[in-house]
Amino acid sequence: MAVQTPARPRTKPSTHEPPRSGPPWTERWGGLFFVAPFGLFFLFFLLWPTLAGLWNSFFNTSLAGVKQEFLGLANWRELFGDPAVWDSLKNTLVFTAMSTPPLVLIALVMALLANRRGVFGWFLRFAYFAPFVLPATVITLIWVWIYQPGFGLVNGLLTAGGFAEIDWLNAENRAMLAVVITTVWWTVGFNFLLYLAALQGIPAQVYEAASIDGANGRQTLFRITLPLLGRTTGLIVVLQLVASLKIFDQIYLMTDGGPNYATRPIIQYIYESGFTSYRIGYASAVSYLFFAIIVIVSVAQFKLFGGRKEARR
Amino acid sequence: MKRLSFPKVAIAVGAALLAVLWLVPLLWALDTSLKPEQETTRTPISWLPSAPTSAAYQSVLEQGSILRWFVNSTIVAVLVTALTLLVSVLAAYGFSRTTFPGRKVMFGVVIAGILVPPQVLIVPLFQEMSSLRLVDTYWGMVLPQVVAPVMVFVLKKFFDGVSRDYEDAARVDGATRWRIVWGVMVPMSRPILVAVGIFTFIGAWNNFLWPFIVTTDPSMMTIPVGLANVQGSYGLRYAQIMASAVLGGLPLLIVYALFQRHVIRGVGDAGVKG
Repeated sequence: MAVQTPARPRTKPSTHEPPRSGPPWTERWGGLFFVAPFGLFFLFFLLWPTLAGLWNSFFNTSLAGVKQEFLGLANWRELFGDPAVWDSLKNTLVFTAMSTPPLVLIALVMALLANRRGVFGWFLRFAYFAPFVLPATVITLIWVWIYQPGFGLVNGLLTAGGFAEIDWLNAENRAMLAVVITTVWWTVGFNFLLYLAALQGIPAQVYEAASIDGANGRQTLFRITLPLLGRTTGLIVVLQLVASLKIFDQIYLMTDGGPNYATRPIIQYIYESGFTSYRIGYASAVSYLFFAIIVIVSVAQFKLFGGRKEARR
Repeated sequence: MKRLSFPKVAIAVGAALLAVLWLVPLLWALDTSLKPEQETTRTPISWLPSAPTSAAYQSVLEQGSILRWFVNSTIVAVLVTALTLLVSVLAAYGFSRTTFPGRKVMFGVVIAGILVPPQVLIVPLFQEMSSLRLVDTYWGMVLPQVVAPVMVFVLKKFFDGVSRDYEDAARVDGATRWRIVWGVMVPMSRPILVAVGIFTFIGAWNNFLWPFIVTTDPSMMTIPVGLANVQGSYGLRYAQIMASAVLGGLPLLIVYALFQRHVIRGVGDAGVKG
């Protein structure tokens, strides 16, 4: 604040010109009208709530919220000593670590398999991507049924194969795995499409040149295709990390964070603090902790890939 | 020309098996929904109902609000898609083709907005909606979903790549900038607009968290929120639960099957080639 910004001189040269010879008013400002409708939405439903959340985090606000008591950093201090924050954060990170590798690898395999024309290619693309278009509730209705002990599909197959049943959603050490399996099935299709698009973007001449040089299928795959997909893989890994960190819907619907909070993710804790315990201020502080983590991951990505992109050009 | 070698056949079989594996949960749900209720919990599990029946569908449609939720989802998703496309196209054109003071700063702020996860906004947004008295209304569900900085970014990038010659030609013919947006830019970017539109529609239809927060009246719920209550209200009648799941999922599967080509090409244009 104490630093004086020397911004004034920059506007000087334009005032030199006689007003008439400049571009007409519509040329200078008219573009703003194209941006304005989106700008209003952005202001009211993104920027304002983002700032209001930060503001709230310094107050003791209830959801009914007329009374506001300034707390300073009390919410923030409480957050750092709250085991529920760290447990739900740990669950979120465990979910992210468990779900990201299969969501990238299976997507890659699917794209390599489905990169073909014709009806068979259409069928493969439909089957691999279909679950992604379904709402979370439909997914969880189906999978809670599939995980049922006794008559559920998974346990039915386990017992038919001579294995013991697993009570997937009620066992503390199995519930997260069950959520990960469901999530991989549900969302792998999006990464699959990104890989497929990248594969289709590789020029045919590259493969022609390779086949003239006598490369066999495996050499082509490992020496040409996979290296050319490197940048896409990086992009997918980061998009997936951020997406996995945002886990909420399927956990809330399948296990409600249980058993014994073993699967409760950070967003569910935010939701519960705000809408079950009615502690808006505290929920806002936890939101900002989560926000900071997303920003760190995203900025790390930008550094990583922004830099590599520059180097390529 | 094509030779069928062993590895090629093996890969095709593997691809088909993986596809079937991915479809099994959906087929299992469909299968269960067609069973008489007492057959659903029989062990050992059996595929194919002994006598397929639509009884579960009938009772779901009669007793539940699923048709109402369907209408709500359609209204919300259509409004979100139309508004998102409208404001995003205009903004993308504004950022790509016009100049005005502060344009670069504003675009930077929009890009920074991509970083804000909508999930952290639920609390302040709910307060905002409740002070605007928009809780349990369509606008309460729709308006916050219209802000999609990533759409503006993708469309701007696409517009940047459209040659200015077309625009200049239209301008020589006396077209206003408004006309240029709808008569030149939009037709030229139809594939990506279709893809962006489909993804927005799917996202709005499937959004769970925000409609779940902003609706309490069952008659205002969308399909994802309404179905979340199904399990409780139907008890353990699995045929009915699966019939609800099939009814809730089918419209989107049909939309996707019809537009698959656009979805895939759109991801290519928007995501990777940039």
